Amino acid sequence: MSKKVSEEEYRKTLSFRFRQWLDGTKDPYLGKVEMKRQTAVRESVQNKAEREKDRRRLKEKVYDLENNLEVRIFNRFYKVFSVLFCIFLVVMLLVAVSDLPPHGRADNPVNNEVSERYIEKGLQETGAVNIVTGMILDYRAFDTLGESHVLFVATCTVLILLRSDRKGDKEEDENNDRIHEPKNDIILQTVAKILVPPIFIFGIYVILAGHLGPGGGFSGGAVIGAGLILYLNAFGFAKTERFFTAKTYRRTSFCALACYSIVKSYSFYTGANHIESVIPLGTPGAILSSGLILVLNICVGIVVAGTMYTFYVMFRKGNY
Amino acid sequence: MTIFKCILLGFLIVCAIAASLSKKLLNTILIFMSYSLIMSIIWILLESPDLAITEAAVGAGVTTVLFLVTLKKINAIIKKEEEKKEETGKEEEKGRRGR
Repeated sequence: MSKKVSEEEYRKTLSFRFRQWLDGTKDPYLGKVEMKRQTAVRESVQNKAEREKDRRRLKEKVYDLENNLEVRIFNRFYKVFSVLFCIFLVVMLLVAVSDLPPHGRADNPVNNEVSERYIEKGLQETGAVNIVTGMILDYRAFDTLGESHVLFVATCTVLILLRSDRKGDKEEDENNDRIHEPKNDIILQTVAKILVPPIFIFGIYVILAGHLGPGGGFSGGAVIGAGLILYLNAFGFAKTERFFTAKTYRRTSFCALACYSIVKSYSFYTGANHIESVIPLGTPGAILSSGLILVLNICVGIVVAGTMYTFYVMFRKGNY
Repeated sequence: MTIFKCILLGFLIVCAIAASLSKKLLNTILIFMSYSLIMSIIWILLESPDLAITEAAVGAGVTTVLFLVTLKKINAIIKKEEEKKEETGKEEEKGRRGR
């Protein structure tokens, strides 16, 4: 049974505040931090004239390459030094490589008890046929969690740097975008119509079958992201915004990262030994097997696909 | 198979050098994309298909697209007509001098 609550009461509830926090509609600093307006910088006419004179003098002095001895010496030194530095680097790397043990010998330091355990007991302990996925998402799942968060932080940084919050000149934005991208190109649209569904299906297959064969969350997510970019290029923002907006990205990546973190946090309670879990491993080779690897793959795939698409959108337009 | 591998590695080196030496940024990006594609084939030959898929999707797909968008944003691909005219004028002058 549902009960009626007034709007004021609803605003105080936890779920409303959570939704506000998730959507970013509430500014936590509003009314709590003192903000000062920036004052415009004004300089006197004399000051400006002096500055421009200085600049002109500097320009004449520096960019007069033929009569400037220092610049010429520096240029020559720069070229010689860059070549020398390259040679030095190559020699150092070659010396380092020549110190490595020969490839594929049995008593190499690579063949130690760690890889032995991965190869011998990997299938038994993780249930993944693909040993690589078993290593990435089970033995070393904590590293992959960090990687996913690095991706998320990278998107946040790109958003901070490239996002433009200008409002009101949507038409101008559209026109700017039209210069950069051809709209309604028939060849591109036909190719995209044929190619995009197989790309999506392949990406989903790579994600879901990550524990059975080559692939996994990252590669599958990258494939899906590339498909999204192709679709966007062919049909424009009007069509993609029907199913993928900033809100979608925010919610999916939040849910995926939170899911990953919660699912993997049980390793803290088992003393960082997250191999023994209550989840049954199933028969190796079946799609529903290998414990949590499938779930983690899906989480990573969602984050990566959203990240790739958001990167492209930010580089091209600046906002959704 | 070793001949095939050698050809691929040769292509890889040629691509790497050409990418750093080519004058136009657009050419550099296209060469870089072919570098990634060759690298993904080499990953398959080295028996790591996981990396091959990722390299093909990220290296040849997404990175190239991001580079291209950036080039378009800084107007490095489509030149304005005046610049084009200036360039052709310079080239003609060079041709005359050469003759």
